[in-house]
Amino acid sequence: MSKVRVLVGTRKGAFILSADGKRENWQVSGPHFAGWEIYHLKGSPVDPNRIYCSQTSGWFGQIIQRSDDGGKTWFQPGTPPGETKTPDGMPKGESNKFAYDVSPQTGKPLTTHQWYDGTQHPWEFKRVWHLEPSYTDPNLVYAGVEDAALFRSTDGGQSWSELSALRGHGTGPKWQPGAGGMCLHTIILDRKNPNRIYIAISAAGAFRSDDAGKTWKPINQGLVSQFIPDPNAEVGHCVHHVAMHPSHPDTLFMQKHWDVMRSDNAGDRWHEVSGNLPTDFGFAIDVHAHEPETIYVAPIKSDSEHFVPDGKLRIYRSRSGGNEWEPLTKGLPQSDCYVNILRDAMAVDSLDSCGVYFGTSGGQVYASSNAGDSWMPIVRDLPAVLSVEVQTLP
Amino acid sequence: MIRVVLPAHLRTLAHVNGEVTLELAVPPTQRSVLDALESRYPMLCGTIRDHDTLQRRAFLRFFACAEDLSHESPDTLLPPEVAAGTEPFLIIGAIAGG
Repeated sequence: MSKVRVLVGTRKGAFILSADGKRENWQVSGPHFAGWEIYHLKGSPVDPNRIYCSQTSGWFGQIIQRSDDGGKTWFQPGTPPGETKTPDGMPKGESNKFAYDVSPQTGKPLTTHQWYDGTQHPWEFKRVWHLEPSYTDPNLVYAGVEDAALFRSTDGGQSWSELSALRGHGTGPKWQPGAGGMCLHTIILDRKNPNRIYIAISAAGAFRSDDAGKTWKPINQGLVSQFIPDPNAEVGHCVHHVAMHPSHPDTLFMQKHWDVMRSDNAGDRWHEVSGNLPTDFGFAIDVHAHEPETIYVAPIKSDSEHFVPDGKLRIYRSRSGGNEWEPLTKGLPQSDCYVNILRDAMAVDSLDSCGVYFGTSGGQVYASSNAGDSWMPIVRDLPAVLSVEVQTLP
Repeated sequence: MIRVVLPAHLRTLAHVNGEVTLELAVPPTQRSVLDALESRYPMLCGTIRDHDTLQRRAFLRFFACAEDLSHESPDTLLPPEVAAGTEPFLIIGAIAGG
């Protein structure tokens, strides 16, 4: 029977939740890296036992952890104690080094972006928000970082290099931090076309590369953001998350700061599909594993009140690719609930009856084994959940 | 022998318990101690000082012999008691909370 493994990043460590295909009885392991912020964990589609983890701290900076046994044991790639070089001579201690590329040979040196007060501010690395392993090579993994940039490792996380053409695109001085920082939080790879990469940045917008990261194009036409000087600007939009179904790589769904958006031409043009949502502010958005027109969002009251509206925890599902939404409430608290669901804290499994999972700022991780019709908490009292990913295992 | 006390989270990263001891071929300074520490425990690279600039991370402080040495030059000799191993070189995380 198939199994599922839910990878949960929290403010105070990582947790791994495991169950068989019925998804009724769960085993919980953790906290891994107790006391550290775990922004994201994600497994390799090629080798599911290969899991990458972003461990971060305001005191000690960024650490990359890796497991090659499904999360039982972890190590910093390339850094066993007592050795300074790998057998092939590579320096160790590089797995947590994210150095912006400022060399004129490989990129376009770019040193400032827009700060909160409108002045220019130097780029400063803070943390890794998102790790996206490749569909073809377990040693190839992308990292989206704050301040916004895209990095790539081709050696299983031992070392990282920036895909500097994104930051050197030319619009960088107009990028600005959102309330959570200027983070590159979304990386979507196209299983059918390895040269295509989508990324999204708060608050710059979405970008697409069709040549494996050598060049980038802003894909924000149709987005309207009333809080920026030009609501229709090429960049500057606070995109919160983007989702794609693997079988329809030209169709994208976006949860923007306000507005739920859809594109059917790989981001070249967006249109709003917020429809009858009670509020179209939110962070998380995802697509059903088998129904490319079934999408999920977690509406949040507003940008100044980051909790679910009316004290009711409701996931909204659209079976029509947007515009027409139904609240999913069975098994979720419908009174006195004031949690948030962050952008990377929703995921789906690929079992026949699609499982949907999300984590909250209150430390609950909820699962639905029937595409959202009903929910049950897997755990109720973790630290605040930052990210949720799911692996469907044979 | 130089004794170094790490914050708990860095001890976990380095897979050590208690103090770390280092043998230095040169007189101990902040720089030489941290160089030796990172050489022996490469997973600590970047956690105490920046990879490139080697600047101390903002929320860490260096103490020895009840003195805050955080703002000393990295090439200033550490106190003789640290060089002799009778006092440890302390790396301390800022205490935040309320």
